[in-house]
Amino acid sequence: MTTHLAIPKTYKLYIGGKFPRSESGRTYEVVTHKGAFLANAAKASRKDARDAVVAARAAVSGWAGATAYNRGQVLYRIAELLEGRRAQFIDELRSSSGLSESQAQREVDTAIDVWVWYAGWADKYLQVSGNGNAVSGPYFNISTPEPTGVVAILAPQDSGLLGLVSVIAPALVSGNTVVVVASESSPLPAISLAEVLATSDVPGGVVNILTGSPAEITPWLASHADVNALDLAGGSALEWVDLQIAAAETLKRVLPPEMGIPAPALDRIQLFTETKTVWHPKGII
Amino acid sequence: MSFLEYAPALESKSILHLRKSYGLFIDGEFRDGHGTPFTTISPADESPIAEIAHADATDVDAAVAAARHAYENVWSRMSGRDRGKYLFRIARLVAERSRELAVAETLDNGKPIKESRDVDVPLVAAWFFYYAGWADKLDHAGFGPAPRALGVAAQVIPWNFPLLMLAWKIAPALAAGNTVVLKPAETTPLSALIFAEILQQADLPAGVVNIVTGAGDTGSALVNHPDVNKVAFTGSTAVGRAIAKSTAGTGKKLTLELGGKAANIVFDDAPMDQAIEGIVNGIFFNQGHVCCAGSRLLVQENIHDEVVERLKQRLSTLRMGDPLDKNTDIGAINSKAQLDRIRALTDVGEAEGPQRWSAACTIPDKGFWFAPTIFTGVETSHRIARDEIFGPVLSVLTFRTPAEAIAKANNTPYGLSAGIWSDKGSRILGVADRLKAGVVWANTFNRFDPASPFGGFKESGYGREGGRHGLGAYLSSGWNTEAQQALPGRAPSTKERSKPKNTTTARATTKGATK
Repeated sequence: MTTHLAIPKTYKLYIGGKFPRSESGRTYEVVTHKGAFLANAAKASRKDARDAVVAARAAVSGWAGATAYNRGQVLYRIAELLEGRRAQFIDELRSSSGLSESQAQREVDTAIDVWVWYAGWADKYLQVSGNGNAVSGPYFNISTPEPTGVVAILAPQDSGLLGLVSVIAPALVSGNTVVVVASESSPLPAISLAEVLATSDVPGGVVNILTGSPAEITPWLASHADVNALDLAGGSALEWVDLQIAAAETLKRVLPPEMGIPAPALDRIQLFTETKTVWHPKGII
Repeated sequence: MSFLEYAPALESKSILHLRKSYGLFIDGEFRDGHGTPFTTISPADESPIAEIAHADATDVDAAVAAARHAYENVWSRMSGRDRGKYLFRIARLVAERSRELAVAETLDNGKPIKESRDVDVPLVAAWFFYYAGWADKLDHAGFGPAPRALGVAAQVIPWNFPLLMLAWKIAPALAAGNTVVLKPAETTPLSALIFAEILQQADLPAGVVNIVTGAGDTGSALVNHPDVNKVAFTGSTAVGRAIAKSTAGTGKKLTLELGGKAANIVFDDAPMDQAIEGIVNGIFFNQGHVCCAGSRLLVQENIHDEVVERLKQRLSTLRMGDPLDKNTDIGAINSKAQLDRIRALTDVGEAEGPQRWSAACTIPDKGFWFAPTIFTGVETSHRIARDEIFGPVLSVLTFRTPAEAIAKANNTPYGLSAGIWSDKGSRILGVADRLKAGVVWANTFNRFDPASPFGGFKESGYGREGGRHGLGAYLSSGWNTEAQQALPGRAPSTKERSKPKNTTTARATTKGATK
């Protein structure tokens, strides 16, 4: 009986629905929690970040323009595919983060549940976030939320899968596209998630995933004029106030760092939306 | 005698009981400021109205301390029902003294009395009346089961709608359970100080609302004060950007209502009579001192000449002159500085090539005046199509297809408002969907209502004022717990934000409960 020699995977970036290496040609070593070599992950550069923003911007009209029912189905589909690769993610989390089998199972199961929870909001958040307004005059007047556009996200650094899912999913619900900087120490689940996204029905460019140094990449996203919002969820170890100041130059909507993994919440959806109020006279019949 | 000639019909100033000088309103009383007092003048004839105290950093400190004390000891402990009753009282007192407030506003600001009388002051009363009713219904406002007040709100407002902007700021802040320190604009403090007298008549507990007058230094001291939890600013994008930077990392909740360069899109099937009135109202209302003014007219090419001709005819019938005259349509520019800015930008406009036309108005000898002006042949690259002029100046551009109109309308860093004129319902809704603007007026323009959220996309700021959404700007939401419990196996997550690394001014964003 011959033994099978494993074929290691090359982990690359995920930009515009494709898996490019960093244009810089750089990689960095990803190790297990015990320090053993796992893989060389791509170390994204400023140029990669800017390419990702271009891809995300190009994808906005299609994703935001899809019906809410369709977005909900596409997001739910991701949960289906995650479920199918459950064993793979559990293995990855165990080797990279040193989680026990049951801890890893719980993280993957929760990530799947978070997807399903947010998927269900796609055609409902508008009903609870918007409303008709009783103005004192003969006008039809309605306020509805819309996606803000391109959201740059710094994913939680301590949780490679659940942390990532907990920040991507809420931004996608309303029709935003995202550029996300994955956990630096645990980037492999992020790229495996990209494989899930690439084979699901999410259009290319809707989610773009960068691996590498958050301290290096995030400032370029914070100051990028074509980024509408900045979620610094995983930024507590960075000089994040400087990032918020850079984002203020174009008046981006900024969410400061959170401790731990952001809990699923409606306001994470609402924070990346803009309320539009439309008036029209009525009564001339 | 032409129908355009008329006898003056001056609103009397005798209804005013102005003092020679006004102090700062802190902890329920007027007191002297530590800065050098300044004189507020009438922009219509440059005559002095009253001497106004200038708050320095120690005065701002005292005002914030009074607001904090009132928050901890009175306002956060009061029932929502009683907070609402105070707001209802204020609404009624504003209505009772509405003529006096309108005259004061017109005197200090330069806007026509018919606008302050029929638009500004009635909306002020309506704003307080609307938010009064929310005070005991916060649990039903859609911000979670137990939304909480933020604490002390620092509010800085502009000079274009002095009392109305005060109402937009104070009414939702108090309804949500916050206390307030408000700084009126340097050139228009008068109505806010009369409003302070109204607060005394309403017997509002001392310190719940404090009004500090002064210039930019006063505003800066206020928004950067370490003991405020919420900052709300209406004004220029440049100052808004500076505030966003200086409050970064402090945990202060921020709403910004900034500049605009709204497109008013007129399709060839528009109801033309209404459209002409709407265009005029859109840019010449309040001398164009309106952040949501329809300053870029996008006309479908085949009706361009007709629309421009009719606009010129209509503008020729507008009456410019004494703001206190009830016949006046166009009042004074609010200040010398603003007049200089309008002149500078219109000079650039002429130099860049567009054709200028100004209504033939008699400009009064004294005061600050600018005749209603239209530029035709404007292109998107021209400065008068990009920079906010904040004056009675309309830039006319053309388009051929709806797609072109949308692209041109969105070709600006601003995103506050937009207008659409068409008789085709599907086209209106389709275009409205694609415009990046917080307020879209279709077949109307410049409508405001306390029930209707107002605020911008992109660099026009963030947050909404008005309606249920405006209430949310002053509350800390009570979501999350539900969703956390709905999912299995979660480590106890927390909403607590990380402490900033490079600032010492951070505070917890919430203190106490509202109920």
